[in-house]
Amino acid sequence: MTTITANPSYRLDLTSSPHLHSRWSTKQAMWLVIAALIPSVVSALIYFGISQILIIFVCIFFAMGTEALIKFIRKREISILDGSAAITGLLLALILPPGFSPVFAAVGSVVAIGVGKEVFGGLGYNIFNPALVGRAFLQAAFPVQMTTWKINNYNIDSVTTATPLSMLKFDGKSTAFGNLFMGNINGSLGETSALAILIGGIALVIVGVVNYRVPLAMILGLMLFGGVFWLVDPVKFSSPVFHLFAGGFLFGAFFMATDWVTSPITAKGMWIYGLMISLIIIMVRLFGGLPEGVMYAILLMNAFVPLINRYTRPRIFGVKK
Amino acid sequence: MSIFSSFKTFRGGVHPPEFKELTRDQSFEIMPDPKRVILPLRQHIGKDAKPLVKKGVEVKAGEIIAESDGFISSPVFSPVNGKVISVGKETNSSGFPKEAIVIETNGSTDTQKLEKLEFSTVTGAEIIERVKHAGIVGQGGAAFPTFVKLTPNKDRIIDYIILNGCECEPYLTRDERLMLDRSHDVVSGLLLMMKALELKKGYIGVEDNKPEAIEALQKAAAPFSEIELAVVRTKYPQGAEKMLIKAVTGREVPPGKLPLDVGVVIQNIGTAVAVYDSVVKGEPQITASVTVSGLGLNNPKNLIVKVGTPLADVLEFCGGAKENAKRVIVGGPMMGFAQYDFSAPIMKATSGILVLTEDEINTHEQTPCLKCGMCVEVCPLNLIPTKLARYSQLDKTEEAENLGISVCMECGTCTYTCPANIPLVQWIRLGKQRVNQMNSEKKTA
Repeated sequence: MTTITANPSYRLDLTSSPHLHSRWSTKQAMWLVIAALIPSVVSALIYFGISQILIIFVCIFFAMGTEALIKFIRKREISILDGSAAITGLLLALILPPGFSPVFAAVGSVVAIGVGKEVFGGLGYNIFNPALVGRAFLQAAFPVQMTTWKINNYNIDSVTTATPLSMLKFDGKSTAFGNLFMGNINGSLGETSALAILIGGIALVIVGVVNYRVPLAMILGLMLFGGVFWLVDPVKFSSPVFHLFAGGFLFGAFFMATDWVTSPITAKGMWIYGLMISLIIIMVRLFGGLPEGVMYAILLMNAFVPLINRYTRPRIFGVKK
Repeated sequence: MSIFSSFKTFRGGVHPPEFKELTRDQSFEIMPDPKRVILPLRQHIGKDAKPLVKKGVEVKAGEIIAESDGFISSPVFSPVNGKVISVGKETNSSGFPKEAIVIETNGSTDTQKLEKLEFSTVTGAEIIERVKHAGIVGQGGAAFPTFVKLTPNKDRIIDYIILNGCECEPYLTRDERLMLDRSHDVVSGLLLMMKALELKKGYIGVEDNKPEAIEALQKAAAPFSEIELAVVRTKYPQGAEKMLIKAVTGREVPPGKLPLDVGVVIQNIGTAVAVYDSVVKGEPQITASVTVSGLGLNNPKNLIVKVGTPLADVLEFCGGAKENAKRVIVGGPMMGFAQYDFSAPIMKATSGILVLTEDEINTHEQTPCLKCGMCVEVCPLNLIPTKLARYSQLDKTEEAENLGISVCMECGTCTYTCPANIPLVQWIRLGKQRVNQMNSEKKTA
């Protein structure tokens, strides 16, 4: 009848509204997270030597390989290019001690993807953060190797092989804030440099991949709960600012607790989740047997996420309380 | 007149690319009469109008050809001079064939008018009668007969009328052009409706991305202290009734209730102009002002088109579609309807025709839900779209209802945002239908 109907080269879609879509896609978000981890990778290589790249590659390779294998066995589409398995591998590598055995790291990656993610049905269905599941497994299986810290290349003050948190807990020694911030201290590969974590983490918040609420709630919670104990007894308890920069707190706040799949979807839920993680961290660090509690705090709160979502549903527009 | 701005808004929402620059600077062009017009008997919410003409009858432009049938209904006028060639089912932009009168034009352009009423002396009752008789329907999309909104029950207390000039749908610039080119008529239309409703306070809500329109309205409304210009933040879906009422008055329309229930009447900019034209110029609603746009169209324009003009004629008048055209939509891109049959006509409330390309539609591969919470963050009605869609998918109708699925106004904000590209609002639509079905079965059981 007319140009648009008569011309066979038009292949028009018929779908229901909306007819526009934002630039967001799962894949794009995943690769942005990987990009945001680059500063932490760089800090790891600077402080612990270029050879640490091996652990990172091993973790990523085995994470992606495990996912591909399981998808193949289950006859599902092999979706490793969505980047999520690569993130799990990279995150796991960055929370391992420098100089960790690549063989054990590979085992950790297989557990992270296999037990942490694919057992539940793959991307989107897991309850626990897969990288933390991998680390928890390694912590249980290889406790000695997991707490043996290779000395930081730049850590000229220290001859011990302890992290700031364990020095504080077991030796009562504190660490200079400048070192904590820059990262020339002992610790897990990607966790020592607060600066590198903040660069990547804040970038993720700005582009919108990470919702600001979880990291903010964790930081405020740590200040609050840590601050209370510090004010009660500043000699016995170290300052909340030390807790903020020590250990895996910032890495956990920006890259672990913010994992989309395993964190709450409601605004109020995100606040509760973040605050509770910090409360548990403070309790473990101040009163527990372990020097560090970020991993367990996040894993424990992961388990509560469905419940939190359920009880923090927002008030529907126009409905009075 | 006073003005307030600019941080008034609602919680949630999104900022899709606007693409308004394609037509923003173009005043309305009048499209010549097409060879034939198709006039559906129902171009409004309510009952079909009753045809007054038979096949073979000569009709004049401006002559009534179908009368209102029942309270919520609206008459249809012939927009052209010509001969009725059929009365029966015809294709419709809703996707379903509907009863319509088809008229073949004879080329003459004289138009019959109704008696002109004097703006300053016309009474409220006369305004309502005219708006009803001239077949004016709401131009905001739902096409509710305008006179019904002007005659609320006596026991209702109404505080304000809000004129909706948000035009939050991307691409559309029809209301913006009306506010610019006919700012005095917009204001006069509002004053007429205020007189009909016996109101002392009227707002015009405009998004802050239309500074020229705001300026024009400010000038036009300057002498009238009873009109207030409410500049609201640009965000989709600010033009949704509930969202605009919230931004302007702070009131929330409860689920299942109407603006009337919170003391507000809301009308579209286009409606105000149509009311003015019907009262002061004596024109029944036989034209539609539409934005014809999209990157897939050769010459995007703002047009004044005769109601009943087939979409194909309008597209051709605008230079036709480009090779890479992918989707043709009647309405805005967020809530409009994709078309497959271009003989479907422009209706009284049609606001836009868009020809979109792959590039604008921007689809990605669908992945499982990642529980990112973005849909919860953007939902203006504070629902949990991912959960509602999931329940709908699993046929858990009762659970979906308990979670408020029927509250959803289908603005599409969730689907627009979802990084996993899940058709959330589409699932929710299905779920809403199932809820309705379940409830009507319960009633009959």
